[in-house]
Amino acid sequence: MLLNQFLLLSAFLFGTGIYGVITRKHTVLVLASVELMLVAVNINMVAFGATLNNAVGQVFALFVLTIAAAEVGVGLAIVLLIYRNLRSANPDDASVLKG
Amino acid sequence: MVAQNVAFWIFAAFMAAGAIRVVTTDNIVHAALWLVLVLAGGAAQFILLGQEFVAWVQVIVYIGAVIVLFLFGIMLTRAPMEAEEKLNNNLRWPGLAAALLFAGTLAWAFLDQWGSDKIKLTKPVRTKEIGDLVFRGYLVPFEVVGVLLLAALIGAVVMARKD
Repeated sequence: MLLNQFLLLSAFLFGTGIYGVITRKHTVLVLASVELMLVAVNINMVAFGATLNNAVGQVFALFVLTIAAAEVGVGLAIVLLIYRNLRSANPDDASVLKG
Repeated sequence: MVAQNVAFWIFAAFMAAGAIRVVTTDNIVHAALWLVLVLAGGAAQFILLGQEFVAWVQVIVYIGAVIVLFLFGIMLTRAPMEAEEKLNNNLRWPGLAAALLFAGTLAWAFLDQWGSDKIKLTKPVRTKEIGDLVFRGYLVPFEVVGVLLLAALIGAVVMARKD
């Protein structure tokens, strides 16, 4: 297997995640798109680890997984709070800080 | 090697289709379920690379916990369960341009740097090696991540409770 096929797959997933973050109108879906990007990064880490024939890639992927879990927990709490205050989960409605 | 390549492209096709549906479907619950397909495909790729520990962690943490959290978030924000309104704003073309630009740059850099590097799999990486690494070389980052998880847990509870 070529290393590049994994890297190109991850580039595609990362691009899809960027598209989702820009176009989605529901905050939970924006978080899901961020998860897509993190999965893409994980594929890169593990592919490089397999190329180097050691477990370091997996260790880094585990760290990314942990951060992703923490991010989803805090992110959904924030989404819930915004929904409770604004009655809307659209990130465009959370514009109190806008000048 | 041929069988592995065929398996890779099958999984990659499923992952690409799932990822596109995650960002385009108008049904919120379906988007979460398509995300399951992408994550399962990722776990399959990890097993294909002989890195099975992280594959099963991905299944347990992502598919088992994160997706359930997403579904809870969808229910608690009373999202429309049926496809009654569009879930994408009118930034389709700028979004597509940004995504293509970024993915294109990445792909160009990858092809330029690792044009024909091959992955030579000798044996699967055993969990013992990961344990050795985490508790020797990466002990401090491991502890820091533990503290970060605790902080995220407390922060989420404090933010989400009603008072």
